[in-house]
Formats: sequence, C-alpha cells, structure tokens
Amino acid sequence: MHLKYESQLREPLVYGDKTYHQVTEDIIRPIEAKPTKLWYVGFYISVALLMFGVYSVYREVTYGIGQWNLNKTIGWGWDITNFVWWVGIGHAGTLISAILLLFRQGWRTGVNRAAEAMTIFAVMCAGQFPIFHMGRVWMAFFVLPYPNSRGPLWVNFNSPLLWDVFAISTYFTVSLLFWYSGLLPDFATVRDRAKTKLRKLLYGMAAFGWTGSTKHWQRHESLSLVLAGLSTPLVLSVHTIVSFDFATSVIPGWHTTIFPPYFVAGAIFSGFAMVQTLMLMVRHIFNLKDYITIGHIEAMNKVIVLTGSIVGIAYITELFMGWYSQNKYEAYTFMYSRAYLFSPYGWSYWGMMACNVLSPQIFWFRKMRRNVFVTFFMSIIVNIGMWFERFVIIVTSLYRDYLPSSWSVYYSPTIWEIGFYAGTFGLFFTCFFLFSKYFPVIAVAEIKYVLKTTGENYKADMKKQEVMKADEFAHEYAH
Amino acid sequence: MAKKKFIVGCFDTEDTLFPAVKKVRMAGYKLHDIYTPFPVHGLDHAMGLRETSLHTAGFIYGITGTTTALSCISWIFTKDWPLNIGGKPHFALPAWIPIMFELTVLFAAVGMVLTFCYLCQLAPFVKKHHFHARATDDLFVMVIEATEKTNEADTLAFLQANGAVETNVQIAEPGWWFGRYDKEQQLINESVVVAH
Repeated sequence: MHLKYESQLREPLVYGDKTYHQVTEDIIRPIEAKPTKLWYVGFYISVALLMFGVYSVYREVTYGIGQWNLNKTIGWGWDITNFVWWVGIGHAGTLISAILLLFRQGWRTGVNRAAEAMTIFAVMCAGQFPIFHMGRVWMAFFVLPYPNSRGPLWVNFNSPLLWDVFAISTYFTVSLLFWYSGLLPDFATVRDRAKTKLRKLLYGMAAFGWTGSTKHWQRHESLSLVLAGLSTPLVLSVHTIVSFDFATSVIPGWHTTIFPPYFVAGAIFSGFAMVQTLMLMVRHIFNLKDYITIGHIEAMNKVIVLTGSIVGIAYITELFMGWYSQNKYEAYTFMYSRAYLFSPYGWSYWGMMACNVLSPQIFWFRKMRRNVFVTFFMSIIVNIGMWFERFVIIVTSLYRDYLPSSWSVYYSPTIWEIGFYAGTFGLFFTCFFLFSKYFPVIAVAEIKYVLKTTGENYKADMKKQEVMKADEFAHEYAH
Repeated sequence: MAKKKFIVGCFDTEDTLFPAVKKVRMAGYKLHDIYTPFPVHGLDHAMGLRETSLHTAGFIYGITGTTTALSCISWIFTKDWPLNIGGKPHFALPAWIPIMFELTVLFAAVGMVLTFCYLCQLAPFVKKHHFHARATDDLFVMVIEATEKTNEADTLAFLQANGAVETNVQIAEPGWWFGRYDKEQQLINESVVVAH
C-alpha cells in the first residue's frame, strides 16, 4: 500500500537499495563516527577566521567606528553590504522548507535540514553588522521598545530600520523553531541507538522525550504546515523590509519601487547558491550522494537560473528608468556612477552583471545543470556577484550625491572591516561544521516518508498503479 | 500515574500495519497508541483519532500578535509620546503594517510551538517509557492496553496472525516524568499495576 503515487518517469530522490533502517544508518553514522581529517581541517580554519573576526570587532568596539574607512558621505560601506548579503543568503533555507513544502515538492526533503541550518547561521552572521555598526554596541538594547527611564522615549515605529529589528528577530526565531521542531524526531532516532552515556544524555535532552506517537505526529504535521504557511509570507516580508531601508530614502539609486521584488529574488538567488556550495561539500564529505542526488542539484540550478534572470530584468528596468525618468540625479547615478565602466566604481557594476546575469545563463543547458563542478564553481560566482550587487547599491549611490562638495574620496575598506567580514565567515562555517558533525544533516523521518514512493528500488512498484484502472486505484488506495 | 500492562506488537511495514489496525479496532481491543518512525498519513484516521485543533490555537495566537502590535504602537505614538515626524499624522497606520505583520507571525509561531510541546509533553529532561527502541528507526510499534477482559495469550497470537514481527507484554508507566536518558529511571514513587 503506497500512501502516494509518483510517476515512474520521475527521477528517484533516493538512490540505492534502501530500507528504513538503511536510511537511519546512512544518515546517523557520521554522527557516531569520529570526524574525518577533512572535517578537522575545515573546522580549525573556520575557528581561526572567527578569532580574527573577534579581534577585528574588539578593535572596532574599543577604538570606535573610525577603525573602518567609513566617512560622512559613505556612512554605509562594507558592513551594511555584508548585512544584506548574509540576510539574503538566509532566505533559501526557509524558502526550501516552507514554500516548497506548500508546493509539495518532494525534492526538498533531501536538502531542507541543512538549508534551514544555513539560514539560521546566516541570519546570526547578518545580525552582527547592524549591531556593531551602532558604534556603542553596549547601547544596542535601545532598539527595543520597552518602558524606559529616558522619558520613556520610544523607538520610531515608522522607521524601516526598526522594522528591520522586528523582521530579522522574528525571522530568526521562527526559523529556529521550525528547524528545531523538525529535528526532534531525528534527535530521538539518534538517542534510541546511542551506545555511549554522553550521547544518551545529550540527545535524550535534545529530543525532548519524543516517542513517535501517532497523535504527536499528527500535531507535528499540523505544526509544520502552519509554520510553513507563516514562514512563506515572512520570508518575503524580511527582504522586502531590508529593501525598504533603501527604498524609503531619497537617495538616487535607492529611491525605487522595484526594490522589494528585486531584493527577494536576489535573496533567493544567493541563498540557493550558498545551499549548493554547502550541499556539494556535505554530500562529498559524508558520502550522502544517494540522498542529495544530481536531481536535487539540477532542481536548485533551475531556481538559480530563474531568479538570476529576474534579478537581471530588475537591473535593466532600473537602468531604463534612470534614463526614462529624466531625473538628472537618477540618470547620473545609473548612467555614470554605475553603468559607465570607467567611473570610479564602474568595475563593481559590471562585475555584478557578469556574475549575476550573464554567467548563470549556462544553466539553460541540462548538461551544465547536472555537472557538479560547474555547479560548485557557479555557486561561488553567484555569491560574489550578489555581494557586488549590494556593494553597488550602497556605495555607488552614496559616494556622489546631490552636493558635489560632499562627494567622497575613493572608499576602500580597512583590514578590520575585512576582518569583521572574514570573521562572520568563520562564525558561519564553525557553526556549519559543528552542525554537520553533531546533527542529522538530512531529515531522516522525512526521507523515510518519501522512500517508498520515490526510492530507486521502490519505483518499480508504481507500475502496478499505472496499469490499474482509475476507479480501481481510488478504491484500493483511498483511506 | 499508575503503571499499566500493555501488549506490544511490532510491524515492519505499513502494508501490514493498516489492515492490523482495522482488525484490532474491530475486535474491540483498547488501542493505546502506535509509535512510528515517520508520520504515516492516514494512520490517525485509521486509529479513529480526532483532528488536532493546533492550527486554531495558532490563529488565536496570531491575532493576539496583531492586536498587541496595533494597540501598543497606537498608544505609544498617539497618547504616550506623540512624536512629530516631518509633520506626518501620529496615527500612521500604513507604516505600522510591517511590525504588525511580524508580531502576528512571531506570536503565532512561538505560541504554537509551546502549545505543541505542552500537548505532547515535550521538554528537555522529560522522560517517557519507550516500548521499542526501533520505533524511531524502522518499526511500527502498536501498543494495546490490557484491561480485565484482555486475554494476553490470545492478544499476542492475534497480533502475530496479523503480521506483527515481534510481540511482547510490558508493564509500564504511560505518562512522563523528569529523568535522564543515560540512566535507568522510573517514576520516583513506584506504583502498582492496576490492570491485569
């Protein structure tokens, strides 16, 4: 009896001769085994980067924002670029787990756990930038609306920067809850096969006493579905609000209504690229090629070429509007500061165009979508391109504004600005390496749920359903 | 809570589990629960469980969030400390929509997860009796509660005849208690078996 019918024509999502027990074995074994040498190398590099970041932040906190190369004209530089970049990356996880759940896309099961983890770590990294950009970071709690002894002087609820505080913290909380509630059954699986005392204690604690009761599963399903329904508009709202940081201002190049959809598409684009980078590493290091298949990679590449093209249309629309509006400030920003190759920052605009719009077009070819090396290379190119996009938006709009006397000198970051960025890479990868070692990187229960409809060795059973008459089929399979 | 006696039958595939559930219910056994390694769709209906109303709770939490945001912001900006922001209206509803939306989602999500944990009695250091260690791996563990009328041997034979690959009788505490999974623990006050 199959709970769901899936055509034999569809590629299997799980390869190999798998039973339920084999799925558990394959995914849980890396948790129980000693980490590989490759893991240690990666982990220590990440920790070293993190330490460098901590020192860079220490300098910034001690000596002030002057440690960075910001000036009166370019008040937002690398830090806000990095913030938007990390938040954008943090969008793919919830997109995969929530939107693809609502669309009933079976392939999400192989990648959702790691993508959600990536979301959480990316949002953690993103949060560092606006917090430390405040300068007096010990005053960071001033952004929270609480009855205080300063009046009470409240925060400005009409400001997009405050909307950001709410959006990012809500997004982080909801993603964490979604991720952790999905992890409970898998932690229980690790707990119930644990041999050592420490593992029994820790995973026993982490699994919250999960038993697998049918009633609990029923509630769990309902919870996942509603959380997915809530996260879907949430994920769209978060980057919309991030784009409002720019769009509600009067700076040429920022003051555009196209920003929300354009930012959301860009976020999905860069997020999927980061998922590709990580999943290709995970499937290689932990030998999970049966679960994260070429089919998964191809599906994600399709999303990349779609969103990359949406972003491309947005760039061209912006450029067109710069000319069509006949506003000389807009025209100057778009035609000179950005699109003119030999203007001071023209290189960054064309770098962005090359990485985000032109190069992903190779994914129109099936061979390229299914090539692991091309995908890995492209996933990095896309993220470089998306970093350039934020840099272009922020810096090219700021460095020459309405008043030529305040035009800034060429802005380039100091070592501590770069160090802070490198440090968030350290934080991100330290978390990700720990996650990949101690957490089930693939949702075990969800793979088991789709195994009998889409596993390679079960696919043949679908034939019986294909030759069956429709009413016979309905009678047999409807509960 | 008192300990009870349970008859446990383990199935290795949902193909045998579903007909067995039907037969167990038809035969009038008191089905305690079925523990599965993944959500088996339709099993809740087969067992006759009612739909969960968790999503209704989520809706209520959500509108609580919306009203919290709207009432707090409007009180703050029109009554407590009206700020003049570029001469714009104090009651600037469109500008509050983002925060109202975010709080709706936040309240709904946090509330639902807490309710879920409360209803399923899930928390760190909560310990429960697990009828089979492989219930979270590859076995579908059907647990029948033994009452005065239950004939143990008959029930075991009945389960085996219906495809159970492993059967046994267990005396266990059906509730939860605080404990650690690295230690063999039961409830502090060991209680007697009530049903036979």
